[in-house]
Amino acid sequence: MSTENSYYVPEQSKLPIIAATGMGTLAFGAATWVIDGGSPYIFLGGLLIMALVMYRWWSLVIDENMRGLANQQLKQSYVLGMLWFIFSEVMFFAVFFGALFYVRVLVNSWLGGEAAVGWFDDTPTGTAVANNEILWPGYESQWPVMETPDQAANGDAAQFKGPEQNMNFPGWGRILHWLPLWNTVILLTSSVTVHIAHTALKNDNRKKFNTWLGITVALGIIFLFLQAEEYIEAYQHMGLTLETGIYGTTFFLLTGFHGAHVTLGTMMLLIQWLRGLKGHFSHDDQFGFEAASWYWHFVDVVWLGLFIFVYVLA
Amino acid sequence: MAHGPATMADGWIKYASRWLFTTNHKDIGTLYLWFSFAMFILGGAFAMIIRAELFQPGMQLINPEFFNQMTTMHGLVMVFGAIMPAFVGLANWLIPMMIGAPDMALPRMNNLSFWILPFAFAILVSTLFMEGGGPNFGWTFYAPLSTTYAPDTVNYFIFGVHIMGASSIMGSINIIATVMNMRAPGMTYMKMPLFVWTWVITAFLLVAVMPVLAGAVTMMLMDINFGTSFFNAAGGGDPVLFQHVFWFFGHPEVYIIILPAFGVVSQIIPTFSRKPLFGYSSMVYATASIAFMSFIVWAHHMFTVGMPIAGELYFMYATLLIAVPTGVKVFNWITTMYKGSLTFETPMLFSIAFVILFTFGGFTGLMLSIAAADMQYHDTYFVVAHFHYVMVAGAVFSGTAAVYYWLPKWCGKMYNETMGKVQFWIAFIGFNITFMPQHFLGLAGMPRRYADYGLQFADWNMLSSVGAFMYGAAQILFLFNVVRTITHGKPVEDPQVWEGAEGLEWTLPTPAPYHTFETPPEVK
Repeated sequence: MSTENSYYVPEQSKLPIIAATGMGTLAFGAATWVIDGGSPYIFLGGLLIMALVMYRWWSLVIDENMRGLANQQLKQSYVLGMLWFIFSEVMFFAVFFGALFYVRVLVNSWLGGEAAVGWFDDTPTGTAVANNEILWPGYESQWPVMETPDQAANGDAAQFKGPEQNMNFPGWGRILHWLPLWNTVILLTSSVTVHIAHTALKNDNRKKFNTWLGITVALGIIFLFLQAEEYIEAYQHMGLTLETGIYGTTFFLLTGFHGAHVTLGTMMLLIQWLRGLKGHFSHDDQFGFEAASWYWHFVDVVWLGLFIFVYVLA
Repeated sequence: MAHGPATMADGWIKYASRWLFTTNHKDIGTLYLWFSFAMFILGGAFAMIIRAELFQPGMQLINPEFFNQMTTMHGLVMVFGAIMPAFVGLANWLIPMMIGAPDMALPRMNNLSFWILPFAFAILVSTLFMEGGGPNFGWTFYAPLSTTYAPDTVNYFIFGVHIMGASSIMGSINIIATVMNMRAPGMTYMKMPLFVWTWVITAFLLVAVMPVLAGAVTMMLMDINFGTSFFNAAGGGDPVLFQHVFWFFGHPEVYIIILPAFGVVSQIIPTFSRKPLFGYSSMVYATASIAFMSFIVWAHHMFTVGMPIAGELYFMYATLLIAVPTGVKVFNWITTMYKGSLTFETPMLFSIAFVILFTFGGFTGLMLSIAAADMQYHDTYFVVAHFHYVMVAGAVFSGTAAVYYWLPKWCGKMYNETMGKVQFWIAFIGFNITFMPQHFLGLAGMPRRYADYGLQFADWNMLSSVGAFMYGAAQILFLFNVVRTITHGKPVEDPQVWEGAEGLEWTLPTPAPYHTFETPPEVK
């Protein structure tokens, strides 16, 4: 509830209309690009506009804050904005997790002619049986789907072929070579380091803040590096690509969107780190950093979900 | 900080830049409202093409391919371009004035969320002129129609939807932040006008489900261009997955459309009944429960798709439950009018029509929610009639009511009451002539989204088309009345405008000054 006498309502601004133009160009260009034979130039133009406008916009907000225009109430608006933005991101990941669960638990059983939920009723429905016998004869329910229904029914003529290998737990003997485990360790550690940095900032310990935030950024970059390594491995040696049926689909979309968010989070933290080096923030004024760190914790939690449902319980 | 808004007299560059660069909630509200009306006319034109083709059996005006593009674009433009922005426009104009705030919480982002929309719709509509034509798979864009069998232009549709979603999410975050953070001292949550309540709940729904829509179109994009198999059983996916994801967005979406309409009507009926709203707190709780339940009923759109019987039963009972909070609302509106000193100005006429026709559409919804019966109704004109009763007589009627109700406050001039009433009766009668026969067509088995039909459906279709053009004509009258009010309307001096009106926005001068509540009012 409003407690102060004035709220900072900014003057007219050219930024929003430029941002909207950039977004429109970006969207139009992306569509042009993905259609066969399309060129990426409109998309790149839109991207450039967006990058410039975001830089200007956030510089302006930081500048307004440093000039003392942002009162406590406006800062609270920013806090709410960031929290609800993260909530929308949660819902975005929820869709892909939901798709994974639906496909794994229900669809996969139905395609194999089985009852979906064994503990509830273990007699397959007529539809499921017909599904299997008529459409996809020979397909057996399995996760990860290493042989697609298409392959089971059509053999080598299949359009959708399963992967050669998957990303599952390789057994205790090879656990130290299992990248997802290392990635988990790295991200969990980074959540701790960013918290240490936060505490240091609250106690006005600038040096400690810079060090630990720097470590966090480094951990984010290492994570991304390992993730790229995993993808290269998948494409070059494991026969696991986007096109290898539903396992490849869910694997790459879930980990890919997570990776994209880690990239974004790392960039956010990097910028806050540079700001910290320039002497921005104080023990009671640090929203830019806090917002980035909330985002980082969110990305971390998503990874835990991925680790459990995509890698471990496969 | 404050300066007056630029007018035409300041030269057109200044005047144009006022609208392009504005951070003022009233300007942005106005932009939203005009944009939504333009889209309403465009979507209406698509509807007229559909009804003209269906006037008689056989193909007369357009080919079936174009007919499919028209049904699709009509739905998309009306839902995302006309109804949603109309209510966002009302929210922008009214929420700060109703809670005693100087502006929206994040004014620059507010401008961004509006200006994305013209770009998004330019992209969407431009596909009609591209090779392959516009989207032709229905506004629900079920896979594989929208993936395997779609024209290449589907990619423009996908990215258009993406930025539209970004606009909605930003707009909603702004509304939530405004309501949570900008209320005047003393304006506790349970003192907020119901319009504010319904909108903050709507905004929550939007933030929750627009990302789901983004996920759905992203999966489509991947299936179309990058060889994934989300919606393809050959690779182990399932086309039905699309329907689940879509309706997990889609069902909350229809409540996103109707909840602000509830809010509008809950403001107007007490004014013209000269009585406070009956059961204010039950209204708030009913709205919240409807919003909650919208997340757990989505598969009632999919009864015929081959779900397990346990699923059908669950979704049927859960859906039937929604009638309870909805019934509470209808009861409260009627009880508000009971023994009130009613007068029937145009906003009140539209609101009463809303209550009657929305309730009617709610009852056909109950029929549809019965899984066994839905096997007969599914994808027939009965469904079309049902959702037009709640979308048009629900959302559009209440939006029209809102414009008439607040227009004098916005521009300080009174609209022509006679013309308003004439518009109402043409709209009311035209609407019923259009959609009432569609119930009968549907029950007789006429499927939706077809360019042609059997001879036995000819009479009702002809009647329906006549009604549609009547309803369309009423909108021209509406536009004329609004424009004439702004240019030649009789000035209103009274801040309260309506005798029975209550709330902070009626304490402001008429017309509402460019900047209001720069110092927050004290709410007792």
